[in-house]
Amino acid sequence: MSDKPKLRPPIETGCPDGFQYMHPVMRKNYGQWSYHEHPRPGVLKHVAHNGDVIWTVKAGTQRILDVFTLRTLCDIGEKYADGYVRFTIRSNIEYMLADAKKVEPLIKTLEDAGFVVGGTANSVSMISHTQGWLHCDIPGTDASGVVKAMMDELIDEFKNHNMPNRVHMTTSCCQINCGGQGDIAINVQHTKPPKINHNLVANVCERPSVVARCPVAAIRPAQVNGKPSLEVDEKKCICCGACYPPCPPMQINDPEHTKLAIWVGGNHSNARGKPTFQKLVAAGIPNNPPRWPEATAIVKQILKAYKEDARDWERINDWIERIGWPRFFEKTGLPFTKYHIDNWKGARNSLNASTHIRF
Amino acid sequence: MDQKKIHPTPMLDVLEEGPWPSFIAGFKRLRDKHPEKRINEMANSLLGQLEHSYETRKGYWKGGTVSVFGYGGGIIPRFSEVGAAFPESKEFHTLRVQPPAGNFYTTAMLRQLADSWEKFGSGMVTFHGQTGNIMFIGTTTENTQHFFDEINDYGWDLGGAGPCVRTAMSCVGSARCEQSCCNEQAIHRHLVNTFTDDVHRPALPYKFKFKVSGCPNDCVNSIERSDFAVIGTWRDDMKIDQTEVKAFVKKKGRQYMIDNVVTRCPTQCLSLKDDDTLVVDNKNCVRCMHCLNVMPKALSPGDDKGVTILIGGKRTLKIGDLMGTVIVPFMKLDTPEDYEKIVELGQNTIDFFAENALEHERTGEMIERIGLVNFLEGVGIEVDPNMVNHPRTSSYVRTDGWDEEAEKWFQRKAEEKAAAAG
Ligand code: HEM
Ligand code: SF4
Ligand code: SF4
Ligand code: SF4
Ligand code: SF4
Repeated sequence: MSDKPKLRPPIETGCPDGFQYMHPVMRKNYGQWSYHEHPRPGVLKHVAHNGDVIWTVKAGTQRILDVFTLRTLCDIGEKYADGYVRFTIRSNIEYMLADAKKVEPLIKTLEDAGFVVGGTANSVSMISHTQGWLHCDIPGTDASGVVKAMMDELIDEFKNHNMPNRVHMTTSCCQINCGGQGDIAINVQHTKPPKINHNLVANVCERPSVVARCPVAAIRPAQVNGKPSLEVDEKKCICCGACYPPCPPMQINDPEHTKLAIWVGGNHSNARGKPTFQKLVAAGIPNNPPRWPEATAIVKQILKAYKEDARDWERINDWIERIGWPRFFEKTGLPFTKYHIDNWKGARNSLNASTHIRF
Repeated sequence: MDQKKIHPTPMLDVLEEGPWPSFIAGFKRLRDKHPEKRINEMANSLLGQLEHSYETRKGYWKGGTVSVFGYGGGIIPRFSEVGAAFPESKEFHTLRVQPPAGNFYTTAMLRQLADSWEKFGSGMVTFHGQTGNIMFIGTTTENTQHFFDEINDYGWDLGGAGPCVRTAMSCVGSARCEQSCCNEQAIHRHLVNTFTDDVHRPALPYKFKFKVSGCPNDCVNSIERSDFAVIGTWRDDMKIDQTEVKAFVKKKGRQYMIDNVVTRCPTQCLSLKDDDTLVVDNKNCVRCMHCLNVMPKALSPGDDKGVTILIGGKRTLKIGDLMGTVIVPFMKLDTPEDYEKIVELGQNTIDFFAENALEHERTGEMIERIGLVNFLEGVGIEVDPNMVNHPRTSSYVRTDGWDEEAEKWFQRKAEEKAAAAG
């Protein structure tokens, strides 16, 4: 017998059964819902065909929860919501209640504990975000910090139904990966090619797969100072950072030249038009911790124009489709530059091949 | 904590101010208030490193290899590049844990998870990552195994990381939403739990994601963000409660009704009659959901429900963002045989992907490279005009098999007609 501890084989259960964690009223009425109402911001009332009602109270959190906060959220859930909760994909917590009388006391308790009730219907919901400096290995900026700073400024829009339609925002701390499509997206945009540490490349990087990773074939194998390394054609390089994850000696992040860019009009829903991708509207924004004021200011400018000018039910993409891009730039005061004109695959489809022009 | 050892965090302190809940305040609670010294020191060290990132505008984590016994993925290893200055968080791995479809929890279960995490980890947890996992952020290589062993014993399993089938994601759907046209819970678990081996042992060309939305509102962004999007829909007439239509017009006014419902239909199939009832041209309704969203009391999906399946959504790397495209315009999901069919389609898709994609290529990129038709033939699906916005505009194509293909179409149509006639 060796005294090595015995390794425990995993139990491969995969995704657990959700019904065991569902509020009994939801379990009972699964697939039997009739309609819903928005009695006030942050609250949903769903009514089943048989007349059963479930109330939902939604609250914004800091997304990364310390166990104290998690337990506070649990205490509140046990006191008011029969101990059942769920999280939305934007990291809001939702409490489901069968008893209408507990809705207002729950809201008060949540607000007293520092959580923010809102995020329903035509509000600005919580910004979905990525890992950032906190725990990713390739980020150009932080994620949680950007979001905290922005939500501090957008909190009234989270708490109220003031927007023409819902606004989903998202951030991404590198250019290529986890961040999503959003009505407004705040994403890293690098502006200089990677700086290569040629001493390390041979040891750390699998060179052919790094070469294959580059979207514009700007990387080639080379001997540098007598060592096998990689070389970047800086004229070709579009500074996307795709070579950095498989080859950390190709440092793309730079305290000054890594910037933020803002994109608008991404919409995942099929409502009215087909889903749309977001479009670049502003770049060159400084990556300025701890509060990123320049990025927040532009987001607020865009939201202001949208709120003033869009019609009910228009998402940002619907609004711009109606008023046209020239007016979007006019109304937001953002500059239109040569960088807005696409030159990637399929770019011609984004050019105006008509005389449709608004005067 | 020993006050002398506390890393100053002037920049992060700024993020404690302001009305939105502060993650920094939470980390400081772990540093200052938690009874366990290990957690105090880990939080302090992490705050120190994060402050260093804020000051220098750079990240200081690198990857590595960490896994639990028996699995090849599910852990995101993090080793600090500045571990000498911040030693207590120098190993700061993340465990990705699969939540139930729709992200439901009892508080009792959340407490149990919190207790386990406190024993072995940093005390920081995210509900949820963008792929949909519970992310338990921050533990050592050794404790990764202990934490997993403990929560795996009471029903939790790791999600995917690396080139493998990833954790799936579903909307709240049938549990609470009147728009839902399918059983998200069943679809989600049938699909992803068929592939637990492919979740835990990365061996595909690249990642593969399933997402399920109950209706075309697509609340989980499945078209834009998953390789295999399943979206509920219906094919008979939508249901109209004319009394509720009239009540809506009365409450909101005719102009609102015309400006916000009738004229917003993308295929002009709504018409408001003089008596304030609504007529829908159901043959031309594309199930966009707009009118149902505006008038949930008056309008509802029909009874003949099923799903649409789209393949190939992804974000930027490498060739640019891609949306999923329709490969199954409609399929029923009522009987066990229906579920077998969708699982089989998932299997065929993943098998084809495994055999034909290049390394680090997503399904969407593979289809872009080989063409949709080759993919369809590979997984055994017939072409359908619902798969395109419009037929090709380029004459650069060889059409010498035209007559056989036309014959196939007529035959298929005749079979469908015969089947419909019963
Ligand atoms: C260097 C390595 C990377 C790290 C550390 C990383 C980390 C993460 C993490 C932690 C998440 C959230 C996971 C969750 O919810 O469980 C995530 C999601 C995601 N990642 Fe990455 N990622 C990396 C590389 C990539 C790459 C190369 C791509 C794409 C080409 C990518 C695309 C995505 C997308 C699209 C999502 C979320 C989308 C969704 O499923 O909704 N990531 N990533
Ligand atoms: S967006 Fe990029 S940098 Fe940010 S967490 Fe994802 S992979 Fe890391
Ligand atoms: S940054 Fe992007 S374009 Fe430039 S070399 Fe790297 S992968 Fe290629
Ligand atoms: S996708 Fe449809 S069914 Fe699912 S939650 Fe959204 S609106 Fe409801
Ligand atoms: S669901 Fe959309 S397409 Fe169908 S009638 Fe309503 S608005 Fe028109």
